[in-house]
Amino acid sequence: MASAPSSTSASPADGIHLPDTARDLVKILVAGPFGVGKTTLIDSVSEIRPLHTEEHLSEASASVDDLAGVRDKTTTTVAIDFGRVSLAGGVVLYLFGTPGQERFRSLWDDIAYGALGALVLVDSRRIDASFDVLGLVEESGLPYAVAFNAFPDAPRHYGEAQLRRALDLEPGTPMVTCDARDTNSSVDALLALVDHLIATQEAVSR
Amino acid sequence: MTGRPAGRPLVPAYLSTGGVARPSRPQLERLSVLTRGDAPVPAGLPAAALALLDVLEGGALALVEAAALLRLPVSAVRVLAADLADRDLVLARAPIPPADRFEPDLLKRVADGLRALKH
Repeated sequence: MASAPSSTSASPADGIHLPDTARDLVKILVAGPFGVGKTTLIDSVSEIRPLHTEEHLSEASASVDDLAGVRDKTTTTVAIDFGRVSLAGGVVLYLFGTPGQERFRSLWDDIAYGALGALVLVDSRRIDASFDVLGLVEESGLPYAVAFNAFPDAPRHYGEAQLRRALDLEPGTPMVTCDARDTNSSVDALLALVDHLIATQEAVSR
Repeated sequence: MTGRPAGRPLVPAYLSTGGVARPSRPQLERLSVLTRGDAPVPAGLPAAALALLDVLEGGALALVEAAALLRLPVSAVRVLAADLADRDLVLARAPIPPADRFEPDLLKRVADGLRALKH
């Protein structure tokens, strides 16, 4: 791709089109509160620079926002980051970073439609920030796994049982620790979810 | 197109669909696969429709990717893509072909594919 800087063929779409082998497009939500490392994890796995869409929350907040007489009121938007990785066998996996606050519920339902499951990222320095997300995931019925993003200054003295109790996780819900900056570690966290999905599927069909 | 300042949307969202709010095909999803159809481009298409066709010129994209590249809301691209699909200017298919939808091995292929990423 040695093109002169002045080339007019450069477009924002360069290098982003789906490979010809793409057959099954599947998605996993990477859910968690702001600043927990969702985009970092997506970036560490994605083959494209993560993209984002601007999502309007006007519908969800219509009942609470009174616009009468407010001339400068702008629509509330939130950026939803996503990435993509092409896997062997024609599968293309999309990862959608999904904020978990209650006010994003209608957006959540739209993004979650057809998803395989959710990887819920938790910051062990502020576990309570993930309660809303876990509530939304459980209500949506989406199968999930929990990954603690290991920040360098995170407290190390929590045991697994303590964390499970703090998050009120069911015994079967996978819980792993990951470093969202590291590709292998992020892939392992995603595998914890997918292996859980496979085990669930096998248990149901047996 | 190269001189366009970064950070500005190509087309204002409220103009992009020509005032149409609902897609003619309710089944278009974020991961619906869009490709350029064979029909010749008619004169008088709105700028946002032309931009969508332009971005599909190089190959297939998921609907959400087209939205991100065009800096348009997903809901607007749903409307645009549905309209263009009605005119055979765009082909839209489901994220997972119907034949694969209940294939039990799909999850295993995802897992195997993820394991192959590790190094």
